Amino acid sequence: MDIIFSGFFQRALLGGVMIGITAPLIGIFLVLRRLSMIGDTLSHAAIAGVALGFVIGDFPIIFGLLFSLLASFAIEKLRKSYKSYAELSLAIIMSGSIALASIFFTLGRDLSMDANSFLFGFIYTLTATDLWAMFAVTVAVLIIVGRHLHGLFLITFDEEAASVSGLPVSYYNVMISVLTALVISISIKIVGGLLVSALLTIPAACSLLLARSFKQSIITVVIVGELAVIAGLLIAGVWNLAAGGTIVLVLIAMLLLILLGRNIVSRVA
Amino acid sequence: MSIGTADCHRDVITVDSVSFSYQQKNVLSNVSFNVKERDFIGLIGTNGAGKTTMLRMIVGLLKPTSGEIRIFGEPISQFKEWNRIGYVPQKNALNPLFPATVKEVVLSGLVGKRKWFGAHSREDYNKCDDALMAMGVEDLADKRIGQLSGGQQQRVFLARALINNPSLLILDEPTVGIDHETQESFFHMIKHMHQHHNMTFLMVSHDMEMIKGYLGEQPASTAGKLNFYIRHSHETQDCVEQNLAHSLKHLRAQMASAKEGK
Repeated sequence: MDIIFSGFFQRALLGGVMIGITAPLIGIFLVLRRLSMIGDTLSHAAIAGVALGFVIGDFPIIFGLLFSLLASFAIEKLRKSYKSYAELSLAIIMSGSIALASIFFTLGRDLSMDANSFLFGFIYTLTATDLWAMFAVTVAVLIIVGRHLHGLFLITFDEEAASVSGLPVSYYNVMISVLTALVISISIKIVGGLLVSALLTIPAACSLLLARSFKQSIITVVIVGELAVIAGLLIAGVWNLAAGGTIVLVLIAMLLLILLGRNIVSRVA
Repeated sequence: MSIGTADCHRDVITVDSVSFSYQQKNVLSNVSFNVKERDFIGLIGTNGAGKTTMLRMIVGLLKPTSGEIRIFGEPISQFKEWNRIGYVPQKNALNPLFPATVKEVVLSGLVGKRKWFGAHSREDYNKCDDALMAMGVEDLADKRIGQLSGGQQQRVFLARALINNPSLLILDEPTVGIDHETQESFFHMIKHMHQHHNMTFLMVSHDMEMIKGYLGEQPASTAGKLNFYIRHSHETQDCVEQNLAHSLKHLRAQMASAKEGK
């Protein structure tokens, strides 16, 4: 129990509260636009970036961000070449990123870095600088999404109507990619590169089962995300489990509960 | 080639020797036409004739390979007043699980203005209510869009297109996948709007029956494999009279009385 009152755990909790807002908030737009796999692809690119950051020096977050940004532009380019086979671009970038990551990992062997920590999260090393970075990204996401909520809604619901309304659609697409890359690179320290996409997609999956309106679905994803991150971190802290994995399992448990509850309700009604 | 008949009306859409090719294939070559205020233009063509391409160029989704398109007299690249255009998409674009209410969809027609976290003004809500009333779907306002029937969804999309009181309404095969009876009432609504409102219509369709019934048996002009059927709504109104548009609020009442009068 004492662990909960320790400095590093409180830092993790504070960071968790911030990514519990941002990741699901961006994730709902990705899921509704059928881009759920983009989170997975960008987080693999971020892993490669983090690995390179460690090989060069001590700049994991910066390189993680840089790689996921590069990957998001590469995906857009490839998507245009393959048109209706757009998923192919995700598969290519994802395997390319894993290939790069594996090479960087072996290069960095002498630096005694722990591969597990990139893949599954390393909350015990969260620094004040990390928290400030998370705070900056959270504020940026809230301001941008808050300001452009109507535009984002229309572009998600009906991209053609959005362009006819005079919305700069390609500018919005770049904005969503950049925000996704930002959110992934701040989340990677808490949930880990392999699990980050769960925080983007599972809250959205829950909200699709519950929400009747777009407003409700935005509120639902944030509540689900926060509950899962806080509960997951507490459980992980008390029983000394891997934080990222626990958060994701809590998310999946919530999804199953919602599915079960819905089944019961529809049977009774 | 000018399609409009009345000279007192301004040009709404001008397509000037436009060509479009895609992967070295000519989809459209040297198409010119002119839509005047209060025209109703039916754009007909077989699959692959390029009607959707034409429409997408007019609304700025595609750039012509050569030639120029002007909307309300302005080149499309400089055109800014997009709220003057209402757009009704093809019905099959909708994902039935999408979490959005009818009201949210209709309000999304007002997207040009910036607001914080979904805050709409009282005026916005009034406009939304008027548009829903005019289309007779006010009872569905809080339903999820995916729960509605095809005909109801089409009315909702029409309400969204009308919320800004547009001067130009563009419809892209609006009745695909809708039963015959619903189609008829939909066209009745559109025809009424054309006759009594200061609105210009451009509709892509392959429903020849409706097009011929309202726009005449023969195309007024052709360009490649595209056929243009035109009807100009001029006879019922005086051109000098500026106050042609009446608010959406009265649209349904008028349509009801027009029906009774028959």
